[in-house]
Amino acid sequence: MSLFADVPQAPPVAVFKLTADFREDSHPQKVNLGVGAYRTDDCLPWVLPVVKKVERLIVEDNSLNHEYLPILGLPEFRSAASKVALGDDSPAIKDNRVGGVQALGGTGALRIGAEFLRRWYNGVNNTSTPIYVSAPTWENHNGVFADAGFKDIRPYHYWDAAKRGLDLTGLLDDLEKAPEHSVFVLHACAHNPTGTDPTQEEWKKIAEIMKRRKLFVFFDSAYQGFASGNLDKDAWAIRYFVSEEFELFVAQSFSKNFGLYNERVGNLTVVAKDNENLTRILSQMEKIVRTTWSNPPSQGARVVSKTLNCPELFAEWKGNVKTMADRVLFMRDELKSKLQALGTPGTWDHITQQIGMFSFTGLNPKQVEFMIKEKHVYLMASGRINMCGLTTKNIDYIAQAIHEAVTKVQ
Amino acid sequence: MRGLSWMQMGPPDPILGVTEAFKRDTNPKKMNLGVGAYRDDKGKPFVLSCVRKAEALIAAKQLDKEYLPIGGLGDFTKACAQLALGANNEVLSSGRNITVQTISGTGSLRIGANFLSRFHGGSRDVYLPKPSWGNHTPIFRDAGMQLKAYRYYDPSTCGFDFRGALEDISKIPEQSVILLHACAHNPTGVDPKQEQWKEISDIVKKRNLLVFFDMAYQGFASGDIDRDAWAVRYFIEQGHNILLSQSFAKNMGLYGERVGGFTVVCKDIEESKRVESQLKILIRPIYSNPPMNGARIATTILNTPELRLLWLEEVHGMANRIIKMREQLVAGLKKSGSSHNWQHVIDQIGMFCFTGLKPEQVERLTKEFSVYMTKDGRISMAGISSGNVGYLAEGIHAVTK
Repeated sequence: MSLFADVPQAPPVAVFKLTADFREDSHPQKVNLGVGAYRTDDCLPWVLPVVKKVERLIVEDNSLNHEYLPILGLPEFRSAASKVALGDDSPAIKDNRVGGVQALGGTGALRIGAEFLRRWYNGVNNTSTPIYVSAPTWENHNGVFADAGFKDIRPYHYWDAAKRGLDLTGLLDDLEKAPEHSVFVLHACAHNPTGTDPTQEEWKKIAEIMKRRKLFVFFDSAYQGFASGNLDKDAWAIRYFVSEEFELFVAQSFSKNFGLYNERVGNLTVVAKDNENLTRILSQMEKIVRTTWSNPPSQGARVVSKTLNCPELFAEWKGNVKTMADRVLFMRDELKSKLQALGTPGTWDHITQQIGMFSFTGLNPKQVEFMIKEKHVYLMASGRINMCGLTTKNIDYIAQAIHEAVTKVQ
Repeated sequence: MRGLSWMQMGPPDPILGVTEAFKRDTNPKKMNLGVGAYRDDKGKPFVLSCVRKAEALIAAKQLDKEYLPIGGLGDFTKACAQLALGANNEVLSSGRNITVQTISGTGSLRIGANFLSRFHGGSRDVYLPKPSWGNHTPIFRDAGMQLKAYRYYDPSTCGFDFRGALEDISKIPEQSVILLHACAHNPTGVDPKQEQWKEISDIVKKRNLLVFFDMAYQGFASGDIDRDAWAVRYFIEQGHNILLSQSFAKNMGLYGERVGGFTVVCKDIEESKRVESQLKILIRPIYSNPPMNGARIATTILNTPELRLLWLEEVHGMANRIIKMREQLVAGLKKSGSSHNWQHVIDQIGMFCFTGLKPEQVERLTKEFSVYMTKDGRISMAGISSGNVGYLAEGIHAVTK
């Protein structure tokens, strides 16, 4: 009898199943508003012009080879990536207490950070430290921390469905009530899936409680630049917490803002109390990396590093990022206008108030099912849509579909 | 003791330590024999021509950068499995394998270890050969498995302890996991002969053990990809449903691109689907989906006839250079006047050689000759060139006479 006779069939990951179903659909007007990847107005993937340029430079550079990177990754990438998050003039960087661990995408950065916290935070191998993730949150957060060994993963109030905005009271209450030293996973900007971010004043309130209650700050920053179009604005929360002298982690992804999805480019930025602590932390990070992937892939890190470390390329990149962010902002405006013009019941302000790639439409599961089955518009059961899937060519069809879902299906 | 601040410094990596010390040495004749990456006869990293050609082809295609599936590039996993098993393997035609793209060999072993930890109904024990690659132990341990060992290397002969291995394996509790190096054993360079593999297969079958092959050097050992995969294919033929880790770091020189594969040979296609679904559940919370660049290069090489031929030549070339260095080292030792038996240097295979040097001799070799290697007497043949093999022979002779 096979050793694997009892291995159960696992359910498919929802967001990829959605895309698979979309692919099989032959309806001429089908639209995929599922997976979080940018699309042009022609609904095509977009390799950033600056990326094309830099990749050409890399291919033509015969002095480059395919040797192993150091365990923690390409040094120029790590420092540039942390700088992008914390700012050129970051006092923490000046104090030499910031380090980076190059990782496989934002996921990889989260996982390395989670593994480290489970081993060394709040005691040794304290798997019972509570991990708080927003309700709702990116579905993989749960898996990352669970597989890193944490046994107690809890939601914190975040999305207020009734008012279609941030449940600040609930959030602050959860912070007050969380056991000391609990870990909170915060979305730095462009919250996934709701697109709803705290205001600066709200962030300040959050920080105050977290400091008082000794809660650990773990930022997930997957959309820097992509949210508002401005790198510094999107990093405001991170930089505020650093200025408030928190020791913290930032899991950075360059999948979206560099369009480097499949190259798996990420960085875990560590802000420690001082250089001595940073050195010890990084030494332990190395051990974790060594048994996970040994050393990270070089291609994507080279592209990002070359771009961030060269003023002209950096400026070009910022322009490319703004192009993407602007198109999303435009689609938000358009969708709201069209729904209002159609007289679709309800308020649709949240579409333009929300930020980043995603919008929590407020559609309920039945309405979502209608959208998929009847209108061939594919979105997540939560009502989350990827704004990048909207184009000037399909927006009327989509607005009409939403209108029908809301009016026909309760 | 609550924040981040209190944990200790992690111990330095023993192999990295060698490289660090080498870098600091100012002796112009210094040699770094700790390096685990191939070097050409001038001591330089070697980017294969087939890789450069593949990169040019890929660049011209202007492909997008959309996420790969969790299990990786389909064309890659197919070609990867074919390379290991042989294109005509019944396993492939029946579809009863699941092969996923992984982060090179390490990532493959880790996924395998995680899978065993979660689903292996039998024992939690993984048996490694003694010695084995240094990273095997922490990988399996971090995945929640326990490590045990079976005799492998015989220091008195610098060869394979065949009797010891069979004895130990015959005592391994049923349903334990046994890890085997498919070829070019790391760190000893000592591989079983085919007749010995056959006996190992028999006893492993008798003991009902789950076989996990680590194949990091296919093509790189003998220069022949089919010959190097012989043990893997034989075991499958003999009915073992194996786990297999593959790396393309060495045989395609794609080290930093992190290209690898993990395969489970299942009972049937239905089981392979279940296993695949669970592998995805394991992979997603580690890195979501694997990196494209290296996998595309490897696939292009394997699936483009001219490039595949070129690759086979280049792999053969790398293996040959190493074999030549082995021969020249032994010749040099004889010429220096050494009376010891150095046959094992030629009998061993692959990138590494267990010289048989004792720690004190290694220390002298480093201090007096600036030859850097690990304390266990292991040298990387890749660090030797026709320009310095004579110097190395003199040094080894000096510390062993």
